Amino acid sequence: MAINTDYAGRTFDPSEPYEVSRVKIAEFADAIGEPSPLCRDRAAAQAAGYPDVIAPPTFAIVVTAANSAQVTLDPGLGVNYAMIVHGEQSFEHARPLHVGDVVVAQSTIESIRPVGSMTTMTTVTHIRTVDGEHVCTARSTLVERGA
Amino acid sequence: MARPSHDHAEAGRELPPRQYQVTRRDLVRYAGASGDFNVIHWNERIARSVGLPDVIAHGMLTMALAGRFLAEWAGDPGAVTEFGVRFSAPVVVPDDDNGATVEVIGTVTERLDGDRVAIDVTARSDGTKVLTRARAVVRLPAVLARGDDPP
Repeated sequence: MAINTDYAGRTFDPSEPYEVSRVKIAEFADAIGEPSPLCRDRAAAQAAGYPDVIAPPTFAIVVTAANSAQVTLDPGLGVNYAMIVHGEQSFEHARPLHVGDVVVAQSTIESIRPVGSMTTMTTVTHIRTVDGEHVCTARSTLVERGA
Repeated sequence: MARPSHDHAEAGRELPPRQYQVTRRDLVRYAGASGDFNVIHWNERIARSVGLPDVIAHGMLTMALAGRFLAEWAGDPGAVTEFGVRFSAPVVVPDDDNGATVEVIGTVTERLDGDRVAIDVTARSDGTKVLTRARAVVRLPAVLARGDDPP
């Protein structure tokens, strides 16, 4: 079954608020081998002009993950998860995420396009603080391989 | 490492290349940290059953390594304001002590306003390009701080 093209343009409900924590940033930085003290040491981050410890740029994927699952697991969309590969990914940051941020992610399916036996689906997710400050726009293209 | 300044980051300047090792252990660790437990990143039997040569790395881990490469050059992970990639081939991670090697290179393509520069990035593994159309915008200090001398 191919992805339901009727879902193009659909905006999903925003995620529950996500609180960016010191422990999660350190765990993520360790997992990617990011050695920067700005991801671990508040004093170092403040000396660099940030309010607190900052997340590496691709950490935003952790924040969007819950929302992405809501999209890809929607039964009406018809995604065959086993046949999905990640095609493209981008992030545009107004500023880095930092410890203490409480953010909400909201996704819109920008496009669904059949390409031969495959289908590509591009989703844009806006990450904002609960106060409405825009922090990051993430754009993800998934490719469903033909069965 | 000396931090580059915007004044000295002219188009054509190459960033110091880097190589990163990715082992099965790294994939398990990234799965836990990111919450992406897709079985193709840790189960060889299932990876092969869906047509892959072996277990493959998370695309987002490869992207994160390229982000590390940019952050190291800029001296600040928060300086990487825009970053986009295309995952052109999987990073195949064999079940041995060395795993896969990801080589990352980058070149400044344009000096932008606001003390920013545009950078083209390429990542290869086992001779194959694994990240293409990878472009970043990185903010740099406008002027050099004492001790941060350009090459």
